[in-house]
Amino acid sequence: MAELKLLTKDFGARDLQTLKGYERVGGYQGLRDAFAKFTPETLVAEVKTSGIRGRGGAGFPTGMKWSFLPKDVFPRYLCCNADESEPGCFKDRYLIDESPHQLIEGLLIASYALQVNTSFIYIRGEYHDQRLLLERAVEEARAAGYIGRNILGSGFDCDVIVHGGAGAYICGEETALIESLEGLRGQPRLKPPFPAVKGLYGQPTVVNNVETLCNLPHIVQRGGEWFKSVGTEKSTGTRVFCCSGHINRPGNYEMQLGTPIRELLEEECGGIWRGRSLKAFQPGGGSMQVLLPQHLDLPLDMNAVQEAGSSLGAGAMIFMDETTCLVDVSMRLVDFYRHESCGKCVPCREGTYFESELMHRLESGHATPAELASLADICSNMDGRCFCPLGDTATWFVMSAYKNFRDEFEAHCGAGRCPVRAQATALVA
Amino acid sequence: MTLQAETRTAIERARDRYPRARSAILPALWAVQHEQGQITPGAMTEVAGILQVAPSEVEAVSTFYSMYFQRPHGRHEVIVCINVSCALRGAEDIVDHLERSLGCASGETTADGAFTWSSTVECLGGCGGAPTMQVDHHFQENLTPDRVDAILGAVRSAGSGGEAGPVAAGTPRRRAAGAPALPPETPPAAHEEPAPSATSGPGVKKRPRRPGKGAQ
Repeated sequence: MAELKLLTKDFGARDLQTLKGYERVGGYQGLRDAFAKFTPETLVAEVKTSGIRGRGGAGFPTGMKWSFLPKDVFPRYLCCNADESEPGCFKDRYLIDESPHQLIEGLLIASYALQVNTSFIYIRGEYHDQRLLLERAVEEARAAGYIGRNILGSGFDCDVIVHGGAGAYICGEETALIESLEGLRGQPRLKPPFPAVKGLYGQPTVVNNVETLCNLPHIVQRGGEWFKSVGTEKSTGTRVFCCSGHINRPGNYEMQLGTPIRELLEEECGGIWRGRSLKAFQPGGGSMQVLLPQHLDLPLDMNAVQEAGSSLGAGAMIFMDETTCLVDVSMRLVDFYRHESCGKCVPCREGTYFESELMHRLESGHATPAELASLADICSNMDGRCFCPLGDTATWFVMSAYKNFRDEFEAHCGAGRCPVRAQATALVA
Repeated sequence: MTLQAETRTAIERARDRYPRARSAILPALWAVQHEQGQITPGAMTEVAGILQVAPSEVEAVSTFYSMYFQRPHGRHEVIVCINVSCALRGAEDIVDHLERSLGCASGETTADGAFTWSSTVECLGGCGGAPTMQVDHHFQENLTPDRVDAILGAVRSAGSGGEAGPVAAGTPRRRAAGAPALPPETPPAAHEEPAPSATSGPGVKKRPRRPGKGAQ
């Protein structure tokens, strides 16, 4: 496929992180075009036309989410979700590091479309330097008149507040993010009511991912129809894929949707490292089911990957070579969900605890076959039964790994140690 | 009064910035931890007074988020990721090295009070440069035991954790792969908490590191 860079095309340009550097490559023209060529209603329609789906993991059509706001209820709020915490995911950090103004411009365009006068950027606590970068960029934008009252003479007012989190993966879930922004423990809320109807401070609220918002200046300038022509029918545009694990060139790569995964792995990432071969990979970050080498021919398309039993999710690809122990990987992910469980609901709070205890006994070679068999039982009491998706996704990888690598899991029972790592050490030594 | 005037002012500014005062609890706790190195009951009560919420509501927040802590830590905070992407590229070797070279286990502070370190399963977002750690909130990636020694040695001798640690000679900065060009520390905007100094840092994960790997 011809190489098309949309979000990352100017990355590396001189002083791109500053307002001057961003304007030099045409920055904030999208905002000007939004005011000049669109009303809020026609702008929402344009985003709907583009077919863009949320880039945070759930992939919900953005224009449709925007259209759920009730017509005459004000004030409304917009929150940029920069709480990126999915294992394997580092694209939002990259987008903020390289071009904080692109995010701010996208946020302002969305604010205009949604008629929001106070917008927030909720950024995870660990992204300390990124938060400072954003705060500085917000102040630059404010001084230039892009934030504040009567922006560019449009009659539209908008303030932007950068809000730092303090270490909680669950705050990436939109209702937990809203709770946290209200100054509470980050526990999810029941849906319905959805945030679009009743969100921050009980008002209509939209939560959008960093990358989703970064697309807006480009959709405004090049048009929704053009955007729809890029990618595939159900997955339009480009996405930034974070690639990590046993590859030669880990990093972020912007790809046109529809490109085969194999091309991403072999041409961008340089293939599997150390002359080894691929054993398994995760296409969408820690929450998603494992895929196998035969799935490399799948296109980077939400629907195609879903049909294969997994999801592109947050766009985080983790590649594992033949020395990898899938029980070890499963154990780490389960530990992650146990650590991050907010504690609100029983199946997640207790289930992740049981999963974690079991996986540690399994990986160390001390579990019995009966204990391993109970894994499926524990997971079936969690999946689809938890208050929010965190508890559900805590079962997806481990159950898919168990299903696809059953022999490997069973070989751990009573082995006294991890049999895969013992063998790999012998190979590698 | 347990908080300094500067901290109280920062909290008041945060309170006035948000549509509702309660939203300022998180920035207020950051301001407290920046000044005092931890979150104490007295400080929480004072924050509650400024924001006009109950002290228990402040405490509820302080105990939920992993980056706030309720006991003093070393002068510098080191957090090493052991989630999947980092583990696949040798994070456990880095953890073992830190345990040996710092002479204390994950979650503990070195004898000289310089470092509190821990391993964490909470993905830091440095997967492109795995294995990764953060030293006083700053990313340090592409770690090897030698690089870890160089970074911590520089932090120790500089006596300050306010800047990004040095990049080891010869280590390429792969901007296209997501390695950031760090901005200089800028003063925070009017409503935000002051930038953390070397005396504060992210909270330590209280859970001890599981011994599974060590048994191999």
